[in-house]
Formats: sequence, structure tokens, C-alpha cells
Amino acid sequence: MDAILLQVLNGLDKGGAYALIALGLTLVFGTLGVVNFAHGALFMLGAFCAVTFDKLLKLESVVVDPEKTTAWGSKLEIRTPYVEAWLGDFGRFLHDYSVPASILLAIPVMLVIGIVMERGLIRHFYKRPHADQILVTFGLAIVIQEVIKHFFGANPIPQPAPPAFAGTAYVGALFGMGQTLAYPWWRIIYMFFSLAVIGAVFAFLQFTTYGMVVRAGMHDRQTVGFLGIDIQRRFTVVFGLAAVVAGVAGVMYTPILPPDYHMGMDFLVLSFVVVVVGGMGSLGGAVAAGFLLGILQSFASMNEVKSIVPGIDHIIIYLVAVVVLLTLPRGLFGRKGVMEE
Amino acid sequence: MTARNVVLHVADVHKSFGGLHALADVDLQVEEGTTHAIIGPNGAGKSTLLNVCIGRLAPDIGAVVFDGQVITGKQPHEINQMGVVRVFQTPEIFSDLDLLQNVMVPAFAKRDGAFRLNAMRSVATRTDIRDEALHSLEEVGLLGQKGAIAGSLSRGDKRRLELAMGLVQKPRLLLLDEPTAGMSRHDTNSTIDLLKKFKGRGMTKVIIEHDMHVVFSLADRVTVLAQGRIIAEGSPDEVRGNARVQEAYLGGAHP
Amino acid sequence: MWNNPARNDWFLLAGFSLVVLCLPLILEPIGAAYPALMQKFCIFGIFAIGFNILFGLTGYLSFGHAAFLGVGSYAAVWSFKLLTMNAIPAIVFAIVCAAAFALVIGYVSLKRSGIYFSILTLAFAQMSYNLAYSVLTPLTNGETGLQLSLQDPRIIDALFVAPQAGLPRVNLFGTYTSGGGYAGFYLCAAALIVCFFIALRIFRSPFGLMLRAIKSNQNRMRYTGFNTRPYLLAAFVISGMYAGLAGGLMAVTDPLVGAERMQWTASGEVVLMTILGGAGTLVGPVLGAAVIKYFENIFSSFSVTTLQGVFGFLPDAIERPLVSFLSLFVGDGWNLTLGVVFMLIVIFLPGGLMEGLRRIWSLFDRRPGGGDKVPAAQTQPAE
Repeated sequence: MDAILLQVLNGLDKGGAYALIALGLTLVFGTLGVVNFAHGALFMLGAFCAVTFDKLLKLESVVVDPEKTTAWGSKLEIRTPYVEAWLGDFGRFLHDYSVPASILLAIPVMLVIGIVMERGLIRHFYKRPHADQILVTFGLAIVIQEVIKHFFGANPIPQPAPPAFAGTAYVGALFGMGQTLAYPWWRIIYMFFSLAVIGAVFAFLQFTTYGMVVRAGMHDRQTVGFLGIDIQRRFTVVFGLAAVVAGVAGVMYTPILPPDYHMGMDFLVLSFVVVVVGGMGSLGGAVAAGFLLGILQSFASMNEVKSIVPGIDHIIIYLVAVVVLLTLPRGLFGRKGVMEE
Repeated sequence: MTARNVVLHVADVHKSFGGLHALADVDLQVEEGTTHAIIGPNGAGKSTLLNVCIGRLAPDIGAVVFDGQVITGKQPHEINQMGVVRVFQTPEIFSDLDLLQNVMVPAFAKRDGAFRLNAMRSVATRTDIRDEALHSLEEVGLLGQKGAIAGSLSRGDKRRLELAMGLVQKPRLLLLDEPTAGMSRHDTNSTIDLLKKFKGRGMTKVIIEHDMHVVFSLADRVTVLAQGRIIAEGSPDEVRGNARVQEAYLGGAHP
Repeated sequence: MWNNPARNDWFLLAGFSLVVLCLPLILEPIGAAYPALMQKFCIFGIFAIGFNILFGLTGYLSFGHAAFLGVGSYAAVWSFKLLTMNAIPAIVFAIVCAAAFALVIGYVSLKRSGIYFSILTLAFAQMSYNLAYSVLTPLTNGETGLQLSLQDPRIIDALFVAPQAGLPRVNLFGTYTSGGGYAGFYLCAAALIVCFFIALRIFRSPFGLMLRAIKSNQNRMRYTGFNTRPYLLAAFVISGMYAGLAGGLMAVTDPLVGAERMQWTASGEVVLMTILGGAGTLVGPVLGAAVIKYFENIFSSFSVTTLQGVFGFLPDAIERPLVSFLSLFVGDGWNLTLGVVFMLIVIFLPGGLMEGLRRIWSLFDRRPGGGDKVPAAQTQPAE
């Protein structure tokens, strides 16, 4: 029982990341009709926003104290991060909470990146075939990841979770099962964070007029265009929104997975599978499929399961994708008419 | 009940979409060698009927019999192989290929119908196929443009190309979906002349048409559909004189 | 295009063969005339030609072709291990295994089209890759990669030759093909020419015409009396066999194979080659493969010091920023260059390099009524 619950929990945080990436992917596809292979790169860029922010916080002033020497005989250097020098306790607090705090950096940065991408490139591909869209965004993804590799190197850069959440939570105790079920705090945070972001996106689409137009656009792009609504500007905003969602998903994921330059591609492939399983252009489908596949994946990596079907943990997601694609032509929740062949 | 010379028999076909009865108890017999027009106001079920005939839609009840064989449930390509060829209303051509290739593809389908991995023989050596295609292009008057890319044709020319693609298969039953819709009077007349040329080649034609001028110039028999039901059938003159038809269709459309 | 097409094709084939066989002479001035690089051109050329038979003719974009490449390589190495060090059985075995694999994957994937087909092939390739790394370790030797060893049985070789000290080398009836000699290059070159010839015949055949018609309007094909599935499956399997052959040749020239050969980035590479050269053209994919492999070789060997040497004559104030900017694109940054070039091609020149050459050609070719009435359709095979 504990083991099963643990696997569900394990799946939920990964599923949260899949769901957030897939949400943006399917949103862009549903409204703009663009298959964006560079969406994983946006996730990765978000993660590197956190890295950058952390680096900025770690910029230090170095004061050499001529009176004292270290044990090695050299002059003692006193290093103080600028933020601590300037902001005192708040600076220290900021330093501890660099990962969540870097969301504040990531949102504007990702919004700008998203808008520039849409205006500069994606816009010109609305009317080109899907294959061309895939190809050009694939090229863009390579460019983005190589630039990141140039500046940040090829190795993963671990980001610590804030110390307050660094430990493990005894989740089992909540259910009266004693201390057997331990689970990292940060993953629990991530789970709730992804639910909150998903909720925010849905609320935006449901309750604002802006969102209403976007939903209408997903349903019938042409008609919305005929209504005289400036669809171009809304497309830009939708793309920016998707970029921000992917970005913050990346920021918060850094303590779970140390970011490296190719994490975007790794997640992209999986997120595409998630989108397709959920049904192209279905927002709810993307979220449900994200969590579902996350959980399935963590169950497949249980030793009990692996001993029955060796290697299943490596292929489960793809296997599900193949089965779903072949049996349910529109995915789990896809609407009729979206991306029919 | 199937007479010897009935080539197409739509037997008590019923088809509904949700609550809408697109076709209700439609029973239609088309005799060999005739030109049979199906007319009716918009939404009468004409296109549904055509789609049922070529296997694009499956009827809820009933069946379609071609040449004594039930074709309901067969794949579109199998129905085509039996000699039922449809000419589409909106041109469905191979826009990236040139005109000659556009017509050669259906010509190959007729000849090498089943899959054949004829990968090592050049198209250029198949002069038989090529001559058939050229002949077909000539008949519709597009021979001069055989090297042009089909996508660059005018709308009217695309429809003539459609026709050439249908004719090159030497169909036993040719289904024409509003062959003159959207054409100028001049183009309409030339299409009528073109279709008249093929009378008496053993080819049966079913024409779905709005334009009464076309119907009465070409048809030997006319079936009138309204709201999914056959309300009249007979020779053009009989149908013209039918009060119900005038009420349902002619009266409204042609005052 | 009907004016004596056969003769034009023979000219094309002869010209192509001449260029391929004379590569050592042609590439001498640009410093690429060593066999290890040239055989890479040929191998990836074969891979790209095969990919183009699927993508260029039918428009089905597979993101999993590297799986067939990997299967071919593994099959060839197993042939070395179990049977003989001769290259021929290894190549045959590679092609057969890749074909069988492609038949299964193609049969399933071709149930869908468009982006779903791409995702399905991607999913299959990723599954193969992940399995090769994990549970299939007995077959693939996991992360270390499959390689020859002294304990291998090599049944056929054991019958005829006495085992010698050290690892045997891959040979073609006595001529060693592994280790970067000219024999390896000429074997690959011969294979490339044969592959090009077959592709040429396919392009000109009714089969090729049907594939192009499927790309143009698959729906219409169904109502024209064609069951399109066997055509697509045949194209898929043929292109899988090309990939298997390429993989086999990789093993023939270097009998060590790792699972990364099957990863989807490797599939992406062949897509890049084909698009760069010109999808749907005959020569384009080979050109794209050669260009990518050549510049990969050049660019990745460049370093900051080389750049400083090149721009040393400039004043420091210009040199430094210029070098640091350009250093983005060389050495490890080669992939960045590739990505940028690829994007530019897709945006501005969707027909690839062949389309570019054709445009340049038409600038000079201003004969009155000179042959260019036909609009530039990608499907037009360009010579």
C-alpha cells in the first residue's frame, strides 16, 4: 500500500511537469495551429533562468584583509555576496529562496522570448505545412540549446531547493501509516505548484474575455477571424503565455532535475507523446494525460513490475502512445476535426 | 427484382446523422447505358447518396448493389476497381504533378489495379498508359497544357482535368457531382457537349445537378429527392410536369 | 521531360558515379580527401537517399529512421562475431534485419498519417533506443557498445583460416575495409552508386509516380482505385533497407556500435541532410549529407586559436569581439551553425540546396523560352 502511494506521488510531480509543458504545446497547437518542436527548449530556458538568477545572487565582493592570513599563508579573502551586503537579511533570504524567487525573473524573460519567437518566426509559418513547422522549430530548438550549452557548459548544474523544503516529508503520517512513507518536500511543492499554474491557466481561459476569444479560436479559427477580432495580437499573447507556463515549469523543476542543455529535447519528446495521448488541441486531455503518464511511468519503474516485464520502465510512455494512437484516433479527449488526417 | 440491365441499385437505403434523416428509404435503379440525373433542393440528400454509392459513407440500413454485387462495406478503392468512378465537385487533383501525370495515375490504377511493386520499369516506357492519358486529355481539351502543374490551372480547367481523370479509367458507372456548378454559361455548354459525346459508349452516368438546363439536356431519367426521400422519378418531361416536384423544387428555385 | 528521358538518366547516373569515384581527386583541394571522411559522405548519402524515398516522395516525415540504422549496425557486427569477418554477409544480414524491423514498425505506424505518423515512428525509435540500453544488453552490450572480441566463434572463418593473434579485421575477400583505408571508401562508394541507381529507377517508375501522387492527394488516390497502404509500406521498408545498409557499412568500416546511433537526434540528422539538400530531388540528399559531414569535420576542428590566427591581422578591438562571436559557431558549437543554417534553409529555401542551384542556374540560363516554364515544384526531380 505504501509502495503504491509512493509511486503515485512519484508520478505526480513528473506528471506535473509533463502536464505544464503539454498544456502550452497543445494551447499553441489548438489556437495557432502550429506544431512547436521548440517548446521543450522553452522549458529548458526557464530552468536556466533559475540558474542565471542564482549566479547573479552569488556575485560577490571580495575584500582582502591584510592583517589575517589563512592556514596556507595567503591573505584572507572575505567574500560577501552583493545581495547580502546591500539587502542584509532579505538578501540572505533571497539567496536561500533563489529557485522560487527566480520565477519573478523568468516570467518577464519568458514572455519576451515567447513574443519575439512568435513575431519573428512562428507567425510566418501559420500557413506552411505542419512538416515545415516541425522542421523550423526543430532547427530553432537546436539553436537555443547550443547557445545555452555555449554559455553554461554541457554539465548539469544542480540547484538547491530552499533549505526549509530541502528535507523529506513523512507523508505516511498524514494517513496514519507511521513514518514509512517519506517523500521530498520539494516534489510535493512542485505538485501543488503545477496544479496551481494549471488552475490559473484554466481560469484565465474560462473567466476572462481574452480567454474566451482564445477558446473560440481553438474551436473555429476562421470564424473568430471573421468577427473582426485582432487575432494576430491574441496569438502572440497565447504564445507568450505558453512560453511563460513552460518557463516557470522549468524554473521550479531545477531542484528535482539539475538542468542541462538537452533537458528540453528530452522533455519535448515525452510532452509530445502526452499531447497526442491526451488528444491534439485538448487542454484537459493534456493535463490528464500528463499526470496519467507520469504515474504510469513511476509504476513501471517499480521493481515488482520490472521483474515481470523487463525494460518496461523505459518504454511504457511510448508504448501507451502507440496503443492510444492506434485505438483512439483522436487521443483520450481529442475533439473531432482537430488535426484529422 | 433486379432487371437484367439495371447496373446500379440503391436498395432501400436509410442514413441519418443524429436526428436528421439524410436519406430515408431511398430505392433507386439505374439502367445500363443511361444518363440518370438526381436533382433536388439543397440538403435533399444528393451528396449523401453519392457518398454512399462510392463507399465514403456506410448506410444505416439497406445496401448498394452494382452489377449484381453488393458494394456496401467495400473499400473505396475496391469500388473504383469494379468500375465505379466519381468525379468530384471540388476538384480533387494532384496539384503538385503535371497534367499528364494527373491522368496517368488513374490510368495506371485501371491497368495495374492491385498493388504491384513496379519499381524498376520507367514510366516513360509505358507508352500504352501514356497514350490513353493523352487521349483523355485531348477529349477534354487540355492536351495543349499537358506539361503544366495541375495546381496552376484555372478552376474550370481543374474540373475538366477531373473529368479526364475519370474518363481515362473507362468507367462502367460514372458519378458526376454537380459537374457544372460555378461555371459560366459558356463553360457549362461545352461541358454538356463533352458529356454528350460519351453517350452510347456503354458508360452509365449518374449526374447530381442543380442546373435544370444541364439536367434536361443530358438526362434520360430523372429522380427527384427532397428531404431524403424520392418524391418523383421518370423521364425529364414527366418530372417537369409533376406538381409535387414543382412545389418542392422547381417552383422555389426557378420562378 | 519526355524527350528521351532514359538517355538523360544514364547521363545523370554516369556523372554521379564519376563524381563519387573521383572524390579523392575532387576533394583534394579542400582537404577532405581522406577515406575515413569520404566513406562517411557515402554512408550518410545512402542513409539520406533512403530517407528521401519515404519523405521526399510520399511526404511522410519519419522521426525514427535512426532505429533502422542501428539495427543494421548491430546485425552486421553480430555477423562478424558469429559467422565471418567478410563484409558481404554482414551487409546482407544488416539489410535483411533492417527490412524486417521496418516492416513491423511501418505496418503499425502507417495506420496513421501526418504528425501522428511522425510521433509513432519517434515513439518506436525511442523504445528501440531505450531497450538497446537496458534489457537488450545481451544483444547490444549496453553503454559499452557492441564490439568484436577474441572469444567470438566466427564459425565460417574458423573453418577456413587458422585464427591469428589479435582481433581480426573486417575484410572483403582479403582486402581490409575497416580502419580507414581506401578499400572501405570504395566499397561504400560502390554501394552509394548502386543505391543511387535504384533510387533513380524508383523515381522514374510508376511506383514512384504513385508515391508522389499519394503525397499530393492521398484521399484522391483511394477514390482512384489505389489501396495506398502497400505503396506506403513498400516505400517505408525500402527506405528502412537503405538505412540498414548504411548502418551495416558503418559497422564494416568500424566494427563498434553503440546505442546512441539509434537516438532520435540521429534521426533528426538525416532529416536535416535531406531537407538541406532538397527533399524530393535525386541528388539533393547526397549533397546535403556530404555538405553536413564536410562542414561538421571542418567546423568542429576549428578552435578559438585557429580563429585568432585567421583574424590576427585585425586590430584587437575588432578581433576580440569577432572571435568571441564566431567561436560560438565552431568547435563544439558546430551544431549551432547547423541549426542556424537549417532554419535559414527551411525559411528561405524550402527546396534546399538543389532549389538554390536551380535558381542560380536560371539566372544565367536566359535562353528565350528556355525550359523553365514549369514552376518550381519540390517534387520535380532536379538534375
